[in-house]
This record gives sequence, structure tokens and C-alpha cells, in this order.
Amino acid sequence: MSTNGATKLIEVTDLQMHFPLRQGIILQKQVGAVRAVDGISFDVFEGETLGLVGESGCGKSTTARLLTRLLEPTSGMIVYKGNDIAHSSRAELKPLRRDMQMIFQDPYSSLNPRKTVGSIIGEPFIIHRLERDDDKRKKLVQELMDRVGLNPEHYNRFPHEFSGGQRQRIGVARAIALKPKLVVADEPVSALDVSIQAQIINLLSELQRELGLTILFIAHDLSVVRHVCDRVAVMYLGKIVELAEADQLFDHPRHPYTGALLSAVPVPDPVLARAKQRQVLGGDVPSPTNPPAACRFHTRCPKARDGVCNVDEPLLEPKEGGNIAACHYPLTGDEIAKRVPTAAV
Amino acid sequence: MALLEVTDLKVHFKTDDGIVQAVDGVSYTVDRGQALGIVGESGSGKSVSSLTVMGLTRFAGNAEISGSIVFDGQDLLSASDEEMRRLRGNEVAMIFQDPLSSLHPFYKIGDQLVEAVQAHRDVSKAQALDRAVEMLGLVGIPEPRRRVDSYPHEFSGGMRQRVMIAMALINDPKLLIADEPTTALDVTVQAQILDLIQRLQRELDTAIVMITHDLGVVAEVADDIGVMYAGRIVEYADKESIFAMPEHPYTWGLLKSIPRLDSPRGEELVPIPGRPPSLINKPAGCSFHPRCPYVRDAHKRIDPQLAPAAEAGNGGAHKHEVACLLPGQSRRALWAALRSGGTPDQALARVDVPDTVVDKDAVGEVLAPAGTEVAEGVVATAQPEPPTEEGAS
Repeated sequence: MSTNGATKLIEVTDLQMHFPLRQGIILQKQVGAVRAVDGISFDVFEGETLGLVGESGCGKSTTARLLTRLLEPTSGMIVYKGNDIAHSSRAELKPLRRDMQMIFQDPYSSLNPRKTVGSIIGEPFIIHRLERDDDKRKKLVQELMDRVGLNPEHYNRFPHEFSGGQRQRIGVARAIALKPKLVVADEPVSALDVSIQAQIINLLSELQRELGLTILFIAHDLSVVRHVCDRVAVMYLGKIVELAEADQLFDHPRHPYTGALLSAVPVPDPVLARAKQRQVLGGDVPSPTNPPAACRFHTRCPKARDGVCNVDEPLLEPKEGGNIAACHYPLTGDEIAKRVPTAAV
Repeated sequence: MALLEVTDLKVHFKTDDGIVQAVDGVSYTVDRGQALGIVGESGSGKSVSSLTVMGLTRFAGNAEISGSIVFDGQDLLSASDEEMRRLRGNEVAMIFQDPLSSLHPFYKIGDQLVEAVQAHRDVSKAQALDRAVEMLGLVGIPEPRRRVDSYPHEFSGGMRQRVMIAMALINDPKLLIADEPTTALDVTVQAQILDLIQRLQRELDTAIVMITHDLGVVAEVADDIGVMYAGRIVEYADKESIFAMPEHPYTWGLLKSIPRLDSPRGEELVPIPGRPPSLINKPAGCSFHPRCPYVRDAHKRIDPQLAPAAEAGNGGAHKHEVACLLPGQSRRALWAALRSGGTPDQALARVDVPDTVVDKDAVGEVLAPAGTEVAEGVVATAQPEPPTEEGAS
């Protein structure tokens, strides 16, 4: 559980991704930028599952795409195995692609409908020139299919012949085909039925144990994140506002935004549901084109104080209990008990 | 008298592949001001049953609808299209999952709301617009007087869902059907919308049918809960009973397979094996039997019916019904074992589930070959199965 002493797989420092907004048809000039990711730093340790949560538009998927270098960051560093890969070229990245794989949210659009399952899962072997012999590759693919719980005899079937849960298994098989170090799972279960979600979650944790995978798990469902992650980072408007061990984060959230997220989750227990005073955040997430000054959460924060939160930007620093949080007025035990009945205070 | 009374509703669609039994004998009632939650996975028939209440499946040329739907004393299945049109959006309203595709992108919000009013009320455009502004204010849209001139794309997802709710409630309906109203939304916005729905229900005394796959949402909003599986309600009770003493193995499966914020973190999830059945070729007997860890031979032949769950302590104050062939005693022992953290296998090791005894209240249509002893409606209790049945299975 504890990540103390574990080796860092990836070190992210002050990572920024600003998508330029342009105006004009021929002579385009930049009129602004969407600050999707705006200066985040964190480490990913070998063998852990790091969760990334936040509302839509907070930059969690962009972070995933930066880490796997599907996007080139505006600035900042991504150090993988001692090398900064933030601005590496395509050719330099190719060997890295073997080590980093992604699982996507939608099992319907992330598989090519015209290819058989066998060739979808076998393609990584061809791209990386690892197994060009058809028979041997077929055997490897069938082993993989068996490993993720698909019937190897279905090698020649097309994606549409599978259910949503089975398709997600195909996506998982493709991701682990080359024995990667890091798997980035972007909302891997949110498109699945409730009774199927557990199957995929259990499969991922099994594979992690067996293959020693490091997983970056992105999800908006906090109950799922709590279940699978060792550490969790909470993002708001392109910034990390809190980062802690999962137990600590869910039992003693310090940032008011984390508290509000936890308070908002409907609990399948009528007694608890009635007892809690749901803390409802007013309004919507502000635009990332023009984020609020200083603390970005001050416009919606129940604890914000004029003259402090809208003037001084809080630093991400250790708070009581070991959580790293960016807040001037972290939540107290009483406040947590009132609003988040599921937290053990 | 109940506001909405659905009795033995069946909706079957004829397709080239066969008859899709989307809804196959569903009964429930909703009283004034009450909230009913219908929980189920995709393909369990939860949406089709409520679309039928709205009269929206009658235009599908291949739909066969039987049973009865009585709303406020009026039989909706025999109502004419014109009568349904007068009812829809007026006395019964509906909100859908995806607020972007349920609003017309080309017209201003105000125009769409005005149309909803004028379709049912003989009022001037200015009066209708006043009503629209009033409703937008009620659902918490800032500066409603200005926002009526906005187009749907100028609103965020949560705001669009608020507009949908304003439109649904603009004619003071007696019944609001909400089909996965918060599924497409972030959890913080979901909390806002659930709060809003509950507040409006209290203030306007609207009855609500909430359709969702999220057990957490129904725990917060609903008074009674029906769990649907393969076109039927397999368990029905008030929400306290459903969560405290669920009786159907499918309900157990749902409760055990979701990660929850209030359970110990290390506890392993127990997925329900397999996947929901095809509604064209439903499994014989209990339609949950291929996925049920506690299945016995008899369950593959006998179709269970909803029957009162004989639970102690409740004193019959609440209705609790379940369609399961397991004897009540075994069910309670199994749930007790599951609840204390056991997997289905561990529960089975501890609890004796008899082979032939079935809950005789739940016995419905018997699919066993003619001439066996089940014909009288009660299956032989502790006696060994006759050899003819062995051969048949």
C-alpha cells in the first residue's frame, strides 16, 4: 500500500497544456488559450494504481494523453526512466509506446469494426515487429484472449459480435499484449452496466497483481476509484487540488472540493442518505479559458474568504493527516462528519 | 385511489429475429406525491415500460401491448391518440437522459417552453413566456428573463437538464417520469438535480417514477423500489426493506457488485457472472437462473411469480414482494451470509439450499412436462424427484 521507498516510474513537473484559440480564416492569430492542464506535478510509483478524479473538463483526460504522449505539452517535464519525454520526437517515442498503453472509455468506438478480434489484439505485435509469424502470433493472441476471459475460439469474430463487457476485455487484451509497464485506463468501466463493471474491475486488479502493472486510473465515479486506487489525485480546472493515499483521502478529505465531491455521491443506503447533509456546490465549473484568479475554487467554495482566497493562490502542501492539498482553509473533522457520512472521522 | 396503476403490462415487439419480450407482465402503482424507483440494467425493460405509460410505444408498428394502465381513473391503453396528446406534457411529463438531444437545437429555450404551455393552455404568448420565466427561476437558472433568449448550446449539461425539468413541470403535471435524468451528468451536478427534483416533489406534490441503474440515486430519491430483470419486476418493496433485507438473488448481486463509499475498502467485488439474457429467447423457468449462483433444477422449469416475502418484524406494514423460487428461509440465511462479507460460494457452503423445495407462493407457470406432480400448483416438498423429471431436465 505505502509507496514510501518505491521507485518512481514517472515524474511529472509543472506540466502545462494550453490549447490555443485562434481567430481569422487565413491569417489566424491566437486570441486566447484553453488551459486544460495548467501546471501540475506528481509522481507515479512502480506497481501502484494512481487515481485521477474530477468533473468533466477538469483536464484529467488531457493529463492521460500527455503522459502517454499522444499530445505534446506546452511546457513542463515528463521524466520516464531518467529521460524527459515531454518533447521527444515520434521516432524517439516508438520504443516507449511498448511500455505505455491505454484502455479507453467507449468499447464501441475504440475497436475497429472492420477488423477481427484476432487482428485487433495481434496488431501491437506487428507494429513493434515482435512476432511476424502468423501461427505463433495467433497462439500469443489466443493466450491473451484466454487470460482476459474471452473464448480463444472467437479469434475470427468481429467486435459487433461481442457485448460491451466483452469488448472492454478485448481493449484490455490489446493493452497488455506487449507487457507494458504503465496502463492508462481512461474511464474504463463507466460505459458498462453495473453488473458488468465489477467483472472488469476485478480483471484489472488481477492483471495488475500478476503482471506488476502500474495503472493510472481515470474515473469520475468516486466509489470505483476508492475501490481500485492506492493513491488519488483530485483535479479542478487544470490543477491538482488534493493528493493523498486513498484511505486518507476518502476518510479525511481536506480540500473543500474533495469534500463536496464525496458529499455529492449518492449512497445506496437509505439510512445514511437521510442522515447526511448533502453539500451541493452551486453553479458550474468556470471556463478553463479564463479561470478565476488565485484559488480557482473560490467562486464555488463554501469556505472561501474574501481578501484571501481570491487574492492568494494556495500552494499544494501537506496538511493534517498527510494529505497534500492546495487550500487556505482545509476542512475540519466536524465539517467532514456532517457532510460526508461515509468518511470515518 | 392510486394515481397510476399499471397491471400486468406486456409490450412485445415483433422483429425479424423473433418476438422481443421487452416488458413481460409488469404491475405497479404510484400514489399522489409518491416516488417510485425502477432499477435495472440496460435491456431490462425499464424504459420501455415507462414509454408505454406515456403512450410512446403505440406508434411502433410492431408493438403488441396488453395489460392495463390506469392513470387518474382513465385507461391509457384504450385512449385515443388525441386523448394521449392532451395528457402528455400536461398531466404526465417525462425527462430523458440526454438533455442535449431532447432540446431542439434550432429554437430558443423560451420558444420551446412557450410551445409546451400553448400546446395545452389557451393563453397568450406573453402569458406563456411569463410562465416560462417563472419555471426557469424555480429550477434555479440565474437571470431567467434574459436566458429565455438563449439557445440550448449556450447552456451547460446541468443547466440543460434544468431546462428539461422546467419544461416537464411547466403545466403542473401530476406525474413526472424521469428516465436516467442524471446519468449523463457529473456527480456534483447530479447532486444539484436530485436536490431539485426532491424539492419540487415536496413543493408541487408531483408523483415521480424514477428510472435508473444507480442504486445510490434511488436510495436518495425513491420511497418504493422495483427491481427489474428481463422485462419483469423481480423484487418490489419500500426502500428500507430493499436495502436492509433484499430477497432476490439479483438484488443481492447488484448490491454486492458495486463498489460503495460506505463499505470496507479491501472488500472484493462479487460480479454477477454472465450477462443479461436475450429478450427474444428468454431462459426457461426463472429468467435469472443462468446467472444465479443458487440455482436448482426445479428453477429451470418453473416460472416464479411475485409473491409476498414472508419477513418477520415488518408486521406487514409495507409491501415486499419477490419473484424467487428459493424457500424464504434459505433466502434469508443466504442474505445473512452474504451481508457479513461472504461470497456466494461461501454462503452456499453455510446454507443448505434444498434441491426440490421451492417457495410455493412463487410458483407460476410450470414448464415441466405434463403428468408430473407440479400440476396442482405446489411442488412436492421434501420428497425425492420422480424419475420422469430427472429424465426431462
